This record gives sequence, structure tokens and C-alpha cells, in this order.
Amino acid sequence: MTAPGDGVPGPEGMTRRQLLRHSAWFGGAVVLAVSGGEVLSHVVGSADSIPANAALRFVQVSDSHIGFRGPANTDVSGSFSDAIEQVNGLAHRPDFVMHTGDLTHLATPAQFEQVKQMMTGLKTGHVFTVPGEHDSIDDAGQKYRRALGAGSRGDGWYSFDIQGVHFIALVNTLNLRKLGHLGEDQIDFVRKDMAGLAADTPIVVFSHIPLFALYPNWGWGTDDATRVLALLRRFSSVTCLNGHIHQLFTKIEGNVTFHSATTTAYPLPRPGRAPAPVPVTLPAGKLRHALGIREVGYVKGRHALAVRDQSLG
Amino acid sequence: MPGMHMPKAAAQPGKAVAANTVAIKNFAFAPAAVTVRVGTTVTWTNTDEEPHTVSATSGPFHSGALINGATYRYTFTKPGQYQYLCTIHPFMHGNVVVTQ
Repeated sequence: MTAPGDGVPGPEGMTRRQLLRHSAWFGGAVVLAVSGGEVLSHVVGSADSIPANAALRFVQVSDSHIGFRGPANTDVSGSFSDAIEQVNGLAHRPDFVMHTGDLTHLATPAQFEQVKQMMTGLKTGHVFTVPGEHDSIDDAGQKYRRALGAGSRGDGWYSFDIQGVHFIALVNTLNLRKLGHLGEDQIDFVRKDMAGLAADTPIVVFSHIPLFALYPNWGWGTDDATRVLALLRRFSSVTCLNGHIHQLFTKIEGNVTFHSATTTAYPLPRPGRAPAPVPVTLPAGKLRHALGIREVGYVKGRHALAVRDQSLG
Repeated sequence: MPGMHMPKAAAQPGKAVAANTVAIKNFAFAPAAVTVRVGTTVTWTNTDEEPHTVSATSGPFHSGALINGATYRYTFTKPGQYQYLCTIHPFMHGNVVVTQ
């Protein structure tokens, strides 16, 4: 592929200048063509500065995999603690923190208890979560909902409003056949949830698995996401934030911007660059650069949210 | 079928093979499709470092998380086709054909 020229938006709607600015994060430029998958290119990471007059700031963390044991990260509890410290050290206290799933590695009660306990150390107004497939292993999410599902609806989904922004937290890790899946009940919830909202309401959607076809061969997509995205088409600003793929990935499609977050545990291969999505063991000292947190800010009246990814290293 | 040469099932990828053990290896079930008689116990063993599950898509068996080296056994008491997957990596699919 060719790089977009100065001032000319590329396939992701970004100019070369923006691309270079974004590429300054997480170890340099990564523009990637995925062969055999739907995604043709992407820009890794976002390095917007969060405006000082932001009406709302929140943090996304993801894929802490508490309970994981392996050479890719011999201390996932330690790196999640570091991520929490990094959140607590931000210049501005976030209004809330969202963990976008795979809080645990094996969904055991002890792992849920540990991650819940750790998250009580976050200095923020509220902690929200959505489940990953590691949090809902073979039990349709029952243990997850017992541990973290208070106040949610259906199989764990919910929505809320802060500072004029409408947030929807979706569950797409249940009843899987190959890809992520939302299901009729949840799509119906979104339809009713959106019904009364003005088209200029900024919408933020959280899910664990991406809502776009990032790499279906590894299950990196959601089979019925287009039905939810169709319901979001009338809104001027839609931001979808997910985890699952353990690496930064940004894609702009019409009115929707998708941002995949990195992990606090261990990296996974770039899509299609390995036989399977097996945890990657990096050379000594490199792991922290692949892990990180994400700060998001919203300024009233501004179309797009500011997204700033920071590595732990 | 009489008069027709049928190659051995084991030689055909994707065809069900007569076996009561399934390895979970490199994010795949091997063999992906097995055929057993009613009353047979099938054993799955996870040899990957990552956890996997053996979960019937609309049937009676659910292994829960199998860590490296763990095994799961299920005895099939009724004939039929049993499709299953790993709920953690749902692109991993398998099939058990149970005959009388």
C-alpha cells in the first residue's frame, strides 16, 4: 500500500502528518496490510493530547488475564498493579475506568476476587467492566455476572450517560460459533436504548471483541455487529472501544471510529503473522513497551473524542 | 457402497476417523472429527500452553477450562452427531459421530 500524502486522507481518514504523529507511540510506525482478512491497513495507537478543558475523562484498561502463567508474562498481577499505578498517576483523575474484558485468565472465583480487589485501588469515580471470553468460559458468563454484573441487564449489558455522552457496554463473548456474538436480546436492547437520543449525542460503545472484522480466522470480529452499527449510523460521533487482540489498532469507517486497546498482560501476534494467536514472549525488557493504558477525553461540542495511549514502559 | 472403492477414512482430511482420543494441539482438535460406537468414552488432552475447552454447541458436554496437560472424558450414550468448539477460541471446531 502507499502512504497517504500530506493533507490527503489515507484509507483510515488520516493524513500523513496525523499518521506520523500517531506512529510516535508504541515503538514506531506500523501500517499493516492483512492478507486474507478484511482489514487492509491500520494505524497503531493514538497520541492525542487530552484537552485541558475536557468535560469528561475516562480510562480504558484491558486484558489483565489475572491467573495467566507463562513465559510471555511471569507476573501479570504485577503488571496490572503497574497499570493501576499509572492510571492513579495521571494528571487528571478519570471520571471512570472501563476494563474491556479478560479480567481473568480462567474465570475462577479466586481470580475474579483478586482482580476486583486490585481494581478497588483505582482512584476514579467508578469502575465499569465488560466480560471477555476468558471471563465466561463454558458457563455463559454466570461467574462473571456473579462477581461483576451488579446493575447490568440481560446477560450483562448496560448503558449510562455522563456529561452528555451516551455509553453502551456490550457483551459479545457468549454463544460463540466462530466470532464474537451479540444476539437478538442485546440488539433489541440497543435499539430501544438509542431510540430517544438526539443524533448529535456522542456515542461510545464498549465491547471485548472488536465490532469490526479485524481478523475473522482468529475470531477477531463479531458476527452480528453490523446490525448494531446500523442502529448507530444516524449519530454524528460514534467511538467503539474494545480489547481482545492485545495490541493497538485504529480504524475509521464512516461515522464510526474503532480503537482496539492493548493489554496489561502479554502481547499477541499481529493478525495472521503466526499460525495461531499464541502469547508472544518478547526479549527481556521489552514487555512493558507492549502493555499500556488508554486515556480518553471529551470536549463538549467537539466531534471526535481524544484518545491517548500510553505504554507501561 | 458395494463395488465402489472407498479410501480409508483416516487418509481423508476432514473425514471422521475411528478414534476415542483427541489431542488439542496448536489451537486445533486432532483429529477434528471422530466416529465412535455408543457407550464409548472419548478423551481429549490439551497439549497447548493456552487453555481450551471442549464444549458441545447444542449438546450435553462442557469441559470447563482445560489447562496444559489436562484431560476431559465424556461417554456417549446416544447415537448422533455432536459438534463442539472451544469457547475461548471459537474458531476451533470438532465433531463426534456416535453410531449404534
